[in-house]
Amino acid sequence: MTATVEENTEAKPGAVPTFEVTLRIERYNPEVDDAPHFEDYRVTVHGTDRVLDALHQIKWDQDGSLSFRRSCAHGVCGSDAMRINGKNRLACKTLVKDVNPGKPITVEPIKGLPVEKDLIVDMEPFFQAYRDVMPFLVTTGNEPTRERLQSQEDRERFDDTTKCILCAACTTSCPVFWNDGQYFGPQAIVGAHRFIFDSRDDGAAQRLEILNDKEGVWRCRTTFNCTDACPRGIQVTKAIQEVKRALLTNKF
Amino acid sequence: MTATTSEPGLRPVQKSRYKRRSKGRGNFEMWSWVFMRGSGVLLLFLVFGHLFVNLMLGQGIHAIDFAFVAGKWSNPFWQVWDMLMLWLAELHGFNGVRTIINDYTEKDSTRWVLKTLLVVSALVVLVLGTLVIFTFDPCVDPGSTLSQCK
Repeated sequence: MTATVEENTEAKPGAVPTFEVTLRIERYNPEVDDAPHFEDYRVTVHGTDRVLDALHQIKWDQDGSLSFRRSCAHGVCGSDAMRINGKNRLACKTLVKDVNPGKPITVEPIKGLPVEKDLIVDMEPFFQAYRDVMPFLVTTGNEPTRERLQSQEDRERFDDTTKCILCAACTTSCPVFWNDGQYFGPQAIVGAHRFIFDSRDDGAAQRLEILNDKEGVWRCRTTFNCTDACPRGIQVTKAIQEVKRALLTNKF
Repeated sequence: MTATTSEPGLRPVQKSRYKRRSKGRGNFEMWSWVFMRGSGVLLLFLVFGHLFVNLMLGQGIHAIDFAFVAGKWSNPFWQVWDMLMLWLAELHGFNGVRTIINDYTEKDSTRWVLKTLLVVSALVVLVLGTLVIFTFDPCVDPGSTLSQCK
């Protein structure tokens, strides 16, 4: 999808083309509104602008009451996950020109978590699931007097799941999580995977037992929504299946 | 595939619904997952074997009548085959629908009602089916002209 570029681009060589775009944002102010509703905003953006830049323009120049989270604005902190054109993405890693700017771009809060205001959701249930899988090094025996060494192959084993930034794009793209919020969610399993397959860690059995729960890995239906949604390109569904396999090989 | 439905009416939700109620002991969900894989593979063999014998061998579909079924069920091999197929297919389907109910119902009461209906229907099919396979008597009609009844 290419941008609808305006004609005035030949004015300065090398100038970045600009175009007009409509953002259809889901707004909800719990003090005033009964239910969330959509509002349209028209902004002029550069071809190099991201959805986050467009949101900034709206907040700074048009409607200061628009609320959303963002911190680093460069795809590392994981604060600005939102549903853009029906797909979970980071607003700071999504170029406006890539999301079909010919039509209004819908921007909604991530789904399945309670909305607090506009694009801000309560992340607490999501973080609680992460805490529940014990995302920290568990060891037994004496502390070594030096670093805990690890071979490159052993480090490679869980490299993919170390990339998680806890943006919640995966968990809130999961239909099983949407339904009743009981499922641990893809992110918690990714967080557990990172330690289960770490050769330095001794807590794998405990974590596997936690994820053997009724609401654990067995609720995964392999719809791959999480893998599609992950802005870090983590093979989330694959990680979940690896945890399933570890559980099975442990039992047999 | 990314689903794109949006239901703003569902929000905001109470925080309490996220508190996990299950006290995870036991491997039930794991065994149910393993059973689905195992029974699926077995059923592929059983069902296609069944279809091949009934529809392809001999005169094919034209051979199927009361006598054909009666002949098959007088053989213990086909009794066991059909019973395996019945139990595996019914439990496989039962477990699949149970999963769907778990995934789609939002209220515990709905969940309970649907699961009760499911269990009752599965029991009826299993008991009735097993009973028919093992107590089937083709000669219950005294005027029967079937070869087995002479």
